[in-house]
Amino acid sequence: MWIYEKKLQYPVKVSQCNPHLAKLLIEQYGGADGELAAALRYLNQRYTIPDKVKGLLTDIGTEEFAHLEMIATMVYKLTKDATKEQIKAAGLEEHYVNHDLSLFYQSAAGNPFTATYIQSKGDPIADLYEDIAAEEKARATYQWLIDLSDDPDINDSLKFLREREIVHSQRFREAVELLKEYQGQKKFF
Amino acid sequence: MKKRKPNPYRDQYRVWYPFHSPDDPCPPIAKQYVVPPNQFLGFQPPNLPQFSKHEALIKGTLWPIFYSPYPPKKWRDKDGT
Amino acid sequence: MEHEKRRALLRKLQEVDFVLVELNLYLDTHPSDLDALDQYNHCALEREAIRSEYEERYGPLMHFGHSSNRYPCGWNEGPWPWEI
Repeated sequence: MWIYEKKLQYPVKVSQCNPHLAKLLIEQYGGADGELAAALRYLNQRYTIPDKVKGLLTDIGTEEFAHLEMIATMVYKLTKDATKEQIKAAGLEEHYVNHDLSLFYQSAAGNPFTATYIQSKGDPIADLYEDIAAEEKARATYQWLIDLSDDPDINDSLKFLREREIVHSQRFREAVELLKEYQGQKKFF
Repeated sequence: MKKRKPNPYRDQYRVWYPFHSPDDPCPPIAKQYVVPPNQFLGFQPPNLPQFSKHEALIKGTLWPIFYSPYPPKKWRDKDGT
Repeated sequence: MEHEKRRALLRKLQEVDFVLVELNLYLDTHPSDLDALDQYNHCALEREAIRSEYEERYGPLMHFGHSSNRYPCGWNEGPWPWEI
């Protein structure tokens, strides 16, 4: 089971109402390399992965939900007090006619979230290499978001999230090393 | 000027120059990309130096060796040298 | 003023909790590092003290019996983390 804690992992502040930036950030909410995909990928893999790696997948998967909440907070704060004029100027009319200002799991280009963003091969090495790649892709996405955003407070939170991808990738690389070991095997050669 | 040997934990970006045709419509831009520290450390050794609690949250990691600034200081330099 | 005080205490909790997350992930791949285990257990005690001070002032942080719910400032009251 999961327990909710009523706090963000890292503070999120927004300098100004900017619905266009929210439109870009939604990539990390419901995009292919976003936080939802990451959380679901790791928490799904853990059932069939060798025991040594179950804890890591559970913990990183859980942390990803904390990151999802940070992205949601940014999107919410950037759009909450937007006027109809600002919504139109930001190109959010298509979103507005379907969703008002409620959040939706989609990419920045408007593609709805799909389970096909996530692979599940059941081969521990293949699965962990997917995880390493996912972390590096998410790191890159945060870089491109920082490049396009001129909100210093948002960039502060995005830099935190980018750094987390680097640490997660490190841990998945270590997990691969653990799986290479013979230690604890019943059958010796 | 003598060139310092790059330290991959500190000098995290690389630069390359795509071929520029005289017919290209825009002026050339040097391309840059990041190689983060997780590519070099291998299995993390025990007892590495740590940031303070305060600093760790700001940096996004407990261990300075994993810290990757973005954009790096020299990021905006034209030729990246 | 009260808003600033609340944010500062919350930040203290976020700082120690972040160290706990980092140590937790490290211990997942380094389960026999005794120094890291010590540091983890030490930080867990520290976070418990900050948690109880925060909850005393601003209400429960967790649900399902992990924090005591009370009147007023119960679980159901905002501001929520995305609103602060």
